[in-house]
Amino acid sequence: MTHSKILEIEDLTVSFHTRVGDIQAVRGVDLELYKGETLAIVGESGSGKSVTAKAIMRLLSKKQSSIKQGSILFDGIDLSHASEGQMMNIRGKDIAMIFQDPMTSLNPTLTIERQIIETLRMHQKLTKHEAQKKAVELLEMVGIPQPEIRNKQYPHQFSGGMRQRVVIAIAIACNPKILIADEPTTALDVTIQAKILELLKDLQKKMDTSIIFITHDLGVVANMANRVAVMYAGKIVEIGTVDEIFYNPKHPYTWGLICSMPTLDLKDKELYTIPGSPPDLIHPPKGDAFAPRNPYALSIDTLEQPPMFRISDTHYAATWLLDPKAPKVSPPDEILRRQQIFERLEAGEVVQ
Amino acid sequence: MSEDKRKLLEVLHLKKYFNQGSRQEVRAVDDVSFDIYEGETFGLVGESGCGKSTTGRTIIQLYEATGGEVLFNGQNIFKIKKSAGRNKLRQEIQMIFQDPFASLDPHLTVKDIIAEGMDVHHLSGTSKERENRVYELLEEVGLNREHAGRYPHEFSGGQRQRIGIARALAVDPKLIIADEPISALDVSIQAQVVNLLKKIQRQQGLTYLFIAHDLSMVKYISDRIGVMHQGMIVELADSEELYRTPLHPYTESLLSAIPQPDPISERKRQRLEYQSKKGNGQMKKLREIAPRHFVYCAEHEVTEYQQKYKTIQNEKEESRDEIN
Amino acid sequence: MHDVRYELLNPATLGSKQVTYTERRETVLYRLFHDRRAVTAGSVLVLLTIICLLAFLSPYDPNQLSIMDKLHAPSWAHWFGTDDHGRDYFTRILYGGQVSLAVGLLSMLIAVSLGTIVGTVSGYLGGVIDGLFMRFLDVFMSLPSFFILMILNAYLKPSVQNMIIIIGLLSWMDVARIVRSQTMSIKEQEFMLYARSIGVRMWRTIFKHLIPGVMPSIVVAASLNVANAILTESALSFLGLGVQPPASSWGSMLNNAQGYLGTASYLAIFPGVLILIVILSFNVIGDALRDALEPTE
Repeated sequence: MTHSKILEIEDLTVSFHTRVGDIQAVRGVDLELYKGETLAIVGESGSGKSVTAKAIMRLLSKKQSSIKQGSILFDGIDLSHASEGQMMNIRGKDIAMIFQDPMTSLNPTLTIERQIIETLRMHQKLTKHEAQKKAVELLEMVGIPQPEIRNKQYPHQFSGGMRQRVVIAIAIACNPKILIADEPTTALDVTIQAKILELLKDLQKKMDTSIIFITHDLGVVANMANRVAVMYAGKIVEIGTVDEIFYNPKHPYTWGLICSMPTLDLKDKELYTIPGSPPDLIHPPKGDAFAPRNPYALSIDTLEQPPMFRISDTHYAATWLLDPKAPKVSPPDEILRRQQIFERLEAGEVVQ
Repeated sequence: MSEDKRKLLEVLHLKKYFNQGSRQEVRAVDDVSFDIYEGETFGLVGESGCGKSTTGRTIIQLYEATGGEVLFNGQNIFKIKKSAGRNKLRQEIQMIFQDPFASLDPHLTVKDIIAEGMDVHHLSGTSKERENRVYELLEEVGLNREHAGRYPHEFSGGQRQRIGIARALAVDPKLIIADEPISALDVSIQAQVVNLLKKIQRQQGLTYLFIAHDLSMVKYISDRIGVMHQGMIVELADSEELYRTPLHPYTESLLSAIPQPDPISERKRQRLEYQSKKGNGQMKKLREIAPRHFVYCAEHEVTEYQQKYKTIQNEKEESRDEIN
Repeated sequence: MHDVRYELLNPATLGSKQVTYTERRETVLYRLFHDRRAVTAGSVLVLLTIICLLAFLSPYDPNQLSIMDKLHAPSWAHWFGTDDHGRDYFTRILYGGQVSLAVGLLSMLIAVSLGTIVGTVSGYLGGVIDGLFMRFLDVFMSLPSFFILMILNAYLKPSVQNMIIIIGLLSWMDVARIVRSQTMSIKEQEFMLYARSIGVRMWRTIFKHLIPGVMPSIVVAASLNVANAILTESALSFLGLGVQPPASSWGSMLNNAQGYLGTASYLAIFPGVLILIVILSFNVIGDALRDALEPTE
């Protein structure tokens, strides 16, 4: 990845205020986004992946949450301290977001055209006629048939998949440099999901946009991402290229995620599971937050948080297992199988 | 495998139309037939609006069927008039719901939630016996007895789904209809719940009707699978067989759309588009193409499908030879 | 060099600590008593009620006329002054408070019980029964209830009991509507489907599952209802149809004060402010109770 950095997040820390205490939703995230790439953030609910995205867009409620530390550098501006006026100029124009639920992210009382034009004219000087023309082009681009007619219709006249296409059309209206997609296909059926993913990849190729793709679905990650960041309990526990994460994962949590999907012919075997449930982030555990659920936990995990160990220039993981002093452990069979593929990939044996 | 087994549930030409006769008539379930053998897991998959959940809810009589029959233990459940018979049925068929947050009454303690079925069917006994049974059930589903006095909102999604399972087990059911029981859960928790369901099935010889849209999990948990589309079952086969040799174009398109957690195969995956063909007046129904493998088609399509079946079989053989 | 910190932990201990999200369990009462708004409003109401009930301790007779002492401004002898007939206004406020609070609370109870039953049954059963109930309710709502009240009060023997019953019977409709719409949304929740699927009977379903779920809305409706009842009683008394002299209620006192707004404004201020305080307190408690009844964060 020789491209230039477009977004640089450092030590991002976000808390939510509740009656029983502060939930430390994001606990020191470092992340870089390069031009033209798709970075997937995977994690389970409560891992902080959506909060990270919303923090970039500054969409978190001021009353209930706060960015405690860290910076989000975009185009020379620290978004974490940008004024609401600055953000208004950035949102929709430079950074656009696609939400999970296409049902609620459109205004039901306005025509599609009005909603697209609204975004266009907020950021670009266009006459009404130019904007209308652009709206039709955009609908065409996202694969909505008969755009001139559909343009005048209301959201309820569209199916879920078509509605998500409209949402995407609005998101790309101003050629954003970054597109943040927060579980954009989770509410859709698999066949519709496949089409939306194809559309996003296609648009990215045409527009050279960087995409941050947030999802819990590893299949979607494998399909979409160039790089993958795995989040757990508000931290990035492993980050690497898509091949590194899927064929040479190093963090036991990544192992667990990959193994708990029924991919192989393991009909009569038990599924691999990660025991227990995620930690309480009001009082995060000392040391590695994953340790209580980690079959490979070391004593030190309960004492100290592991740093990011470097595996390659692109691949880092936060687990004490990578410390030279740690014992050698044998990962689950599925991971061993995947590592063999990785070795063949490295040796150039597998044709991609 | 299940040839010698007894049919526990027979669904025959089941129909459920909403707003029947009006202009907004929706044929949610349109002539669906399948059998479930004792001790097996039957998976019903399809996309939203295909009628899979309606099928489950009509079987458990949350909806009144528009037509058809459902035989449970050989007895037509729509015709049971005596309240004793109906009560027994409501005890023997239990349901596990999708939404771990909406399926438990937030105002009751876990103990009262689990024991409700026992109370209704007068199985609770003394309050001590009731309590002990709840403890036993909690431990069976991997929770502990301290949880009995708590309220649903104190639990995570996966734990709530365990409570839902304990509640279903409380009345010693024969058949459990699991309506998307894992689709609202996180990946690592899904595996826990699926393992639990399998463990319980092994121990108690339960029969499952497993309704889901997540095909990879359905394949793992089911013995046989029916693929639903627009209110009908378009293909029905043993789960391995269905995944290896999908015949109906809708099944093919569905299988080809699932992204796999495997970047190399993702780069190669070709998605197949499904165009539903208008049946030009042909009498279509489920017909057996290969042993125990049924496809919804017209009479003249049978040979086509048989040909396709052989072609796929041969391809698989060849690719297996290559690997070896 | 061997470092014990890098030893593998015993995997048998894994996952044993099941994490639950709230450590301390909070009952509705616990939450209510830790809500400053509720505690303040509740204390005000309790205090007011107790003081009103202790009216008999007053050295003055509330109905003793004394033309000599007419329209004295508030002083040490007469805390709230005296009214146009020279009666001690503080004592009358206390006795009047008993009537106003009783009317507010009791007619609210009647309205809420009736509204809850009609609303849950109608919403739960749906179909024809729901249609019938709702038309019946429409009829009740379309009647100008204030005129009905005036007419009934004129024909029936005017008494506090009758007033409570009549106000109650004429104000259940809003509760029924709110409860019905809530019932219909709760009815579709999966836990209700479960109850139906195992054959839980209607009344058990209503009392065990529906009413606790509808309770937050009932409570809000109830608190508004108290306010309405007190105001209706005031209005009726204002028109001379409520409490019959020489007995008093805050409403009737407000009514009598209208002739002296310029000369003795305290006659209007005391009952007026008290009505305001009571209504505000009930609304605040209603809000707090609704929040406390919601089992989630």
